[in-house]
Amino acid sequence: MSGLFSALGSLWDSVSTIFDPLCGPVGLFSLFGPGTVIACGDTGWGDEIALGLKVTIIVALATLPIGLLIGFLVALGQQSEEKSVRLAASIYTTIFRGLPELLTLFIVYYGIQIAIQAALSSLGYQGRVEINAFVAGMLALSVVFSAYCAEVLLSAFRAIPKGQYEAGSALGLSRSRTMRLIVLPQLIRIALPGLGNLWMNLLKDTSYVSIIGLTDILRQTGIAVRATKEAFFFYLVACALYLILAIVSSAGLGFIDRWTKRSEASR
Amino acid sequence: MSYSKALIPPRAPPTEAATRMRPARMTGYVVVSLWALLGLALLAMMISNWDNEKFFKYGPRFLHGLLTTVELVAVSIVFGALLSVPLAFARMSKNRLFSGLAYVYVYVFRGTPILAQLFLIYYGLGGFRTEWQSVGLWWFFREAWYCGLLSLTLNTAAYQTEILRGAIISVPRGQHEAASSLGIGKLVAFFKIVLPQALIVALRPYGNEIILMVKGSAVVAIITVFDLMGETRYAFSQTYDYQAYLWAAIFYLTIVEILRHGLEWTERRLTRHLTR
Repeated sequence: MSGLFSALGSLWDSVSTIFDPLCGPVGLFSLFGPGTVIACGDTGWGDEIALGLKVTIIVALATLPIGLLIGFLVALGQQSEEKSVRLAASIYTTIFRGLPELLTLFIVYYGIQIAIQAALSSLGYQGRVEINAFVAGMLALSVVFSAYCAEVLLSAFRAIPKGQYEAGSALGLSRSRTMRLIVLPQLIRIALPGLGNLWMNLLKDTSYVSIIGLTDILRQTGIAVRATKEAFFFYLVACALYLILAIVSSAGLGFIDRWTKRSEASR
Repeated sequence: MSYSKALIPPRAPPTEAATRMRPARMTGYVVVSLWALLGLALLAMMISNWDNEKFFKYGPRFLHGLLTTVELVAVSIVFGALLSVPLAFARMSKNRLFSGLAYVYVYVFRGTPILAQLFLIYYGLGGFRTEWQSVGLWWFFREAWYCGLLSLTLNTAAYQTEILRGAIISVPRGQHEAASSLGIGKLVAFFKIVLPQALIVALRPYGNEIILMVKGSAVVAIITVFDLMGETRYAFSQTYDYQAYLWAAIFYLTIVEILRHGLEWTERRLTRHLTR
């Protein structure tokens, strides 16, 4: 079994090396970088920046499902008939849409650390606790993402006529099946442009995790700057990478948008 | 022909079902009480750890930081608005070159994180010391405050360009045509007919942009500007007291909520002729 896993691991390694957009065989830095400061390997900073790109993408991709799930639940809460649920949900969105992302990140990062420390010291453990920057960053980003996501989903929910729910119950579908089979497909279609904007914001917000020490694009370029003193060039590279991410994702979002509208096109 | 001779006797309305603890209500109560508990815990922490010395040492610094943040946001919004006007017209112009350049500007500044733009300006442009000294601009790029201001201005100019363009485009063509059929000149038509309608459309996005700028301006703390966030980080680094962040959260939430409600009120007031 472990042999299978190691084989899969090495397969994944080789696949990710071949398709590495920066330092792979046909990567940007491998083609244009050799002999300069962005060469891949020990002579340049190309491979470090490539790692940063990977971390940025992983943080964003890991945040997305959590943020979408929490956002969906909060949006459901905001349109609940129960007053207390609405209140709880609106406290959530007010707080996390009002705080700067940077402050949320610090509050989550240090707050969890202090809370765990306090809990452990009450149990009699007196050591320093350091929580994982990746987990803290991911949590903070998903909290912010979900607060905005709830607003987008709420306005999408309001765009779906009540008749759709009534039609569902007239057909004898249960509430959960009405949600899954009738409301959700329309909801996704309506909310997609808004969610696409949020994804773009999320990609940009990932740059904040560099401040708590996660090795994302900006952190890695910052390290390169400290070593080489070529600040302008390296930060330009960082901006270009973020721009490429934005262009690629807007192309991807356009594709998804066309795919969700495929049933409308033939009419 | 048959008909009923007796009316159905009046009946008492069905007794209202006793309000049961439905799952939704239960969750609602639990979550609200969790929020309340969290708020109380934070309050208790603030009271039990209250330290007059810290309060008088860092309180004035916080207020100063608040002032810096407000100043930074106000100045960059105004300069950004000034910059966005020519950009928006360039973006709408029929000249391919102008509209292309404006499009690239907007896309680049909206597509990259403000933190990266800030580093590019402060560390990147600030690295060309001799060049700036020979042009006589070194005083500008030496100061973190000016660099923060420049990057915030450039960033918000890109967003405001899109807002302004979208608002102007949203005014129907018929309005232009009606104006010219009445013999009104193009300039007068723009300022008296198109712009007032466009600005009403732009009101809400402008408000959101101001709120986003208040939140976005926190990044200048990273390049050692002592705005509200910068003072918070300073206080935390000196005392390791978590309350510093809570105070900052209270300040930011207050600013944003005041702005949000003020802008909503302004919008209701300015659009009261549109409600029927």
